[in-house]
Amino acid sequence: MWKNLLDWIEYRIPMMRVANMHALQYPAPKNMNFWYVFGFLATIVLVNQIVTGIWLTMSYNPSAEGAFASVEYIMRDVEYGWLLRYMHSTGASAFFVVVYLHMMRGMMYGSYQKPRELLWLFGMFIYLALMAEAFMGYLLPWGQMSYWGAQVIISLFGAIPVIGDDITLWIRGDYVISGATLNRFFALHVIALPLVIVVLVFLHIVALHEVGSNNPDGVDVKRPKGSLSDDEKTKFKIHEYYTNKKDILDDIVPFFPHIVLKDLVAFGIFLILCSYVLFFTPEMGGFFLEPPNFEAANPMKTPEHIAPVWYFTPFYAILRAVPDKLLGVIAMFAAIVMLALLPWLDRCKVKSIRYRSTLHKVNLAQFTVCFVLLGYLGVKPATPTYTIMAQVASLLYFAYFGLLWLYSKNEKCKPLPERITK
Amino acid sequence: MSNAPVDNSRRRFLTVATSVVGGVGVAGAAVPFIASWNPSAKAKAAGAPVEVNISKIEPGQMLRVEWRGKPVWIVNRTPEMIAGLAGHEDQLRDAASENEQQPSYAQNRHRSIKPEILVAVGICTHLGCSPQYIPEEFEAKVEGVPDGFFCPCHGSKFDMSGRVFQSVPAPLNLQIPPHYYIDDNTILVGEEQGAA
Repeated sequence: MWKNLLDWIEYRIPMMRVANMHALQYPAPKNMNFWYVFGFLATIVLVNQIVTGIWLTMSYNPSAEGAFASVEYIMRDVEYGWLLRYMHSTGASAFFVVVYLHMMRGMMYGSYQKPRELLWLFGMFIYLALMAEAFMGYLLPWGQMSYWGAQVIISLFGAIPVIGDDITLWIRGDYVISGATLNRFFALHVIALPLVIVVLVFLHIVALHEVGSNNPDGVDVKRPKGSLSDDEKTKFKIHEYYTNKKDILDDIVPFFPHIVLKDLVAFGIFLILCSYVLFFTPEMGGFFLEPPNFEAANPMKTPEHIAPVWYFTPFYAILRAVPDKLLGVIAMFAAIVMLALLPWLDRCKVKSIRYRSTLHKVNLAQFTVCFVLLGYLGVKPATPTYTIMAQVASLLYFAYFGLLWLYSKNEKCKPLPERITK
Repeated sequence: MSNAPVDNSRRRFLTVATSVVGGVGVAGAAVPFIASWNPSAKAKAAGAPVEVNISKIEPGQMLRVEWRGKPVWIVNRTPEMIAGLAGHEDQLRDAASENEQQPSYAQNRHRSIKPEILVAVGICTHLGCSPQYIPEEFEAKVEGVPDGFFCPCHGSKFDMSGRVFQSVPAPLNLQIPPHYYIDDNTILVGEEQGAA
């Protein structure tokens, strides 16, 4: 009976085939470590954002007159409204935490290198869409920081020569940020960008499964067809889509259940951490929800100190570090473009940091330190000392890419193992 | 099925012609979607000029009014403030107001029609925050300049004509909105004299 039903469905839509291909019989390197859980976690957070977001729209009022009050209504009057909202706001920050760690993993293990360039680019597009999504979502509570943060970000487009002012007018739909801006940001935040993100995530996963997962050794677990003896091949049942193209070494496990179970452990730890924030410090000391945002938007009064939410601050610090407005905006966007260009800037054939030169390790370490430092400086007022620090850190941020391009061509790497080590 | 030989150049022409017509259609269909983001008729109407009575502003005081949702400052400058404008011009980016941040009738040292009355949009030209008016205590920001405007967001500084100081993030002087005097005590902000 059950079998008959499944067969009836399978004959009409390839349900089991897709499940086998992408989970039950998808070959994943067995040496994937904890750095490989963040993609899974990001997917979980995406689901959380979509579900809590749908529920929030049920009580939210997207108008300049009603937005701030409706958020208070959600927090105080709607049953469990506070929980849904805090899940959404904590989820937004958690999203960036896991995405930054996910990107860090890619940089450490050279996951962007050939043949995973397009996979990396899709990831960068997801990151961009995510930043736009977060920015627009932050306007919706219509608090002081929502309003003035949006004012600052939209003004960035005013730096474009000649047409800049017309573009900012077009984005706002008014001479200032107003209800018109709020309504369109709401539409983009709840419909347009989530659709874009879901499609991009789909493409990201399809591209990943086409080229196969990288691993901490950066050594391929697939070999040319016909080059392996049966002893060397994996004993697991792997989908013919993969085995028809390549011989697969005995270094893999099926994604489900092996990798999923490992991911679920991480998911448990992740839930504990998120729950702590959610229930004990939902504002995270002003980093997840900023204090000025508990005051309704007032176009006549700028808060004393405007700082974006923490996940934008590294780029914001770069923007402020440049004394010229247009160049500052260019530097900020260039900082993101450089990341997208990594597959072509890194000319080394060895992927994993485990086998790369000391110079590369030092370079990546200084880049990481600078990124975190810039993030810290971005929340601080622009005093002369901090500005100089931000300028040095920005320079080193860009130096990472320049140096990488220079030394990666003839980098002295350690010999790669034949097979993955552990 | 006819057995006529395939005419490739004809096929190519038809493909190109169809693509071009389709492309024009797509571009045309995009117009309403893009144009609907422009300010609506309602928003444009709300951007109408504002009439301000300035008779009650004491010397040294500032009046804030709203025009197009932006703060517009009207400052009644003291004679000392006006005299001081010439003193620090070597520290300014654009002392002569060469950038078009003002109507031609305000392109002078005091950047206004009447020397004592400054009318300026109180929005920093860096990233749109509203600077603070700091009368008499501006020395702490710029030595030798007693009064000015200071932006709390990124530390941009402006003098009493809204002219920007060097080595701050703001690139331009504060904007002077179009305005004129209906009579001695009344300014219309948002419209030039003689405009419809």
